[in-house]
Amino acid sequence: MAEVRLESVTKRFGDVVAVDGIDLTVADGEFVVLLGPTGAGKTTTLRLIAGLESPNVGRVFLNGRDAARLSPAERDVAFVFQQYSLYPHLSVFENLAFPLRSPARRLDEATIKATVERVAAMLRIEQKLQNRATRLSGGEMQRVAIGRALVRSPSIYLMDEPLSSLDAKLRSDMRLELQHIQRDLGATMLYVTHDQIEAMTMATRIGVLDRGRLVQIGTPREIYESPRNIYVATRLGMPSINLLPTEALAGLPLPPGVTTVGARTEHVVVERESGGQSGQVAARVEWIEHLGDQNHLHLALGEHRLVTLVNPDMRLAVGDELGLSLRSPLYFDAAGERIAA
Amino acid sequence: MSGASTTAHSVVEPSGTSKRIAGFLVILYAVVSMIPLAWIFATGWKTPPDSISYPPKVVFEPSLEGYCNLFTTRTRQTAAYIEELGPPQGECDEVTRRREMVIAGSSNYVPRFINSLVIAFGSTFLAVSLGVFSAYAFSRFKIPLADDLLFFILSTRMMPPIAVAIPIYLMYRELGLSDSALGMILLYTAVNVSLAVWLLKGFIDEIPREYEEAAMIDGYTRLHAFFKVVLPQAATGIAATAIFCMIFAWNEYAFAVLLTSGQAQTAPPFIPTIIGEGGMDWPAVGAGTTLFLIPIVVFTVLLRKHLLRGITFGAVRK
Ligand SMILES: Nc1ncnc2c1ncn2[C@@H]1O[C@H](COP(=O)(O)OP(=O)(O)OP(=O)(O)O)[C@@H](O)[C@H]1O
Ligand SMILES: [Mg+2]
Repeated sequence: MAEVRLESVTKRFGDVVAVDGIDLTVADGEFVVLLGPTGAGKTTTLRLIAGLESPNVGRVFLNGRDAARLSPAERDVAFVFQQYSLYPHLSVFENLAFPLRSPARRLDEATIKATVERVAAMLRIEQKLQNRATRLSGGEMQRVAIGRALVRSPSIYLMDEPLSSLDAKLRSDMRLELQHIQRDLGATMLYVTHDQIEAMTMATRIGVLDRGRLVQIGTPREIYESPRNIYVATRLGMPSINLLPTEALAGLPLPPGVTTVGARTEHVVVERESGGQSGQVAARVEWIEHLGDQNHLHLALGEHRLVTLVNPDMRLAVGDELGLSLRSPLYFDAAGERIAA
Repeated sequence: MSGASTTAHSVVEPSGTSKRIAGFLVILYAVVSMIPLAWIFATGWKTPPDSISYPPKVVFEPSLEGYCNLFTTRTRQTAAYIEELGPPQGECDEVTRRREMVIAGSSNYVPRFINSLVIAFGSTFLAVSLGVFSAYAFSRFKIPLADDLLFFILSTRMMPPIAVAIPIYLMYRELGLSDSALGMILLYTAVNVSLAVWLLKGFIDEIPREYEEAAMIDGYTRLHAFFKVVLPQAATGIAATAIFCMIFAWNEYAFAVLLTSGQAQTAPPFIPTIIGEGGMDWPAVGAGTTLFLIPIVVFTVLLRKHLLRGITFGAVRK
């Protein structure tokens, strides 16, 4: 098993800085999730580690060894591509066997067969083994692509949105499956996703990327509870964090220097009795979405909007006037950096 | 090659009438273009007098004379001499004696045909191999001045190759490549390789890099990945390129006339030199041309299956 270390790595494509001075260490056996919007440099980071790109500046270390001179094959990584790219001229079986047949490994046919069948069963694609790779649904292709990483036991797994085209049920099953595999193997994993639930549940640590820079890295709890700035705060949370300018909250006690207040649903307290109580602002119910166990409540604070979750027991109707207060929300200054309360 | 889109289906199904008209036109065109071929084929089965009779004979009694004359050389003898020879051996002997001639030996058709096969397949193989490697390099690596190089490669085809016939003739004479199979293979390879590079680059550009990248991460070297992953997926392009190269090399006439006369002569310059008594031996020419068409037709039909199989279809999410 292995440790990955990036030391002020920068990668440019022409004028585009895809990765901008990233320092990142993924410890042995750690599961690090990279979060960031499209174009943030997530795929490029994985490609730099795999040796498919070489950095313009900075160095990549694998197990403490400078990897600059190592070819992708020598790095002993497995990569699940975002575009899963199965070999269309091979069957599913041959696709899964492909890494095992590499000249670097030379396994006997019985071992290959056993390994492929074990992984196929785990990913529930055993009935499709004889199919051509092109005769699969998107989700099946994606599972084969994951399978191609799992037939080996590399020192590092790099996965680029591996569950993105699975349905919700299969996705949560696979999420658990991957977590088990990672834990059982003690594998080092670097995992890219747009899915908050995957990030929160799987990660030992989450790294948040913004235009090529690593803005913050920490445990899911740290990222969620103490984001460094507004950008990080908006990455996690369902519904996403409400950002309110201080004017909208006139009357609430705020620390000095605050220009924006970030209120997640658990920071928001609404009460039916509207009116002059201190520490409250008036809010009007604009819209209610019923989600079953909870309701999405859209509130208007003057001209500002806020979305929070409420218990359906609290029988509310559009147009109701409420009193709203905040319980230890996040405070941000004019530059978007967080101010400790 | 344009990046052929896979979604260009016409939305409206053509109507029955327009389909029938289109079908009729296609068949008409095919029939018209087949007439010369049919005539050549028929001529191969005529007797020499039938082949030049006027008005031309469409219905005639088939004769093996054309094919016999194609494969043999004959000498004229007196009737008395032929009488003494005893019974004729085989169909050809009989046909020949009827014209008061005897078979003297075999003609040069078979060796010329073999030359054609060796030179056409040799140069096609070389042009496609060189083409696929350079196309891969142009497609995947940062090559300084790549665009200029590609333009230069194409520019070798901007004038008819025969325009440089004289310098090539002189060069070949100095190098001892005149009238050698190797010389012809190199020449046809040089002409075809630019086409091969351009065609194949288009096909390889369409193959996503992720395939090789995945293979290289999985423990393969780039060369291995090239053979295991890129080549199978470029099969369609390779087949198309090979057909074009093959057709050129198989049919090439001008250089063959200029540079080969004996040893390495190919079939195209040989066939028109088949002279019979008192003029061209048209049935033998017809027979020679008919047989000459077979390999290229077989080659094209075999590879055509490959051409039609779009194998990279849909395995990469775009
Ligand atoms: N080969 C390349 N050539 C030029 N620009 C590139 C190349 N690869 C990536 N980029 C650019 O680098 C930036 C980062 O790309 P990257 O693929 O790493 O984004 P990402 O975070 O993976 O996005 P997504 O979530 O959409 O997959 C983008 O602006 C992209 O356009
Ligand atoms: Mg990406």
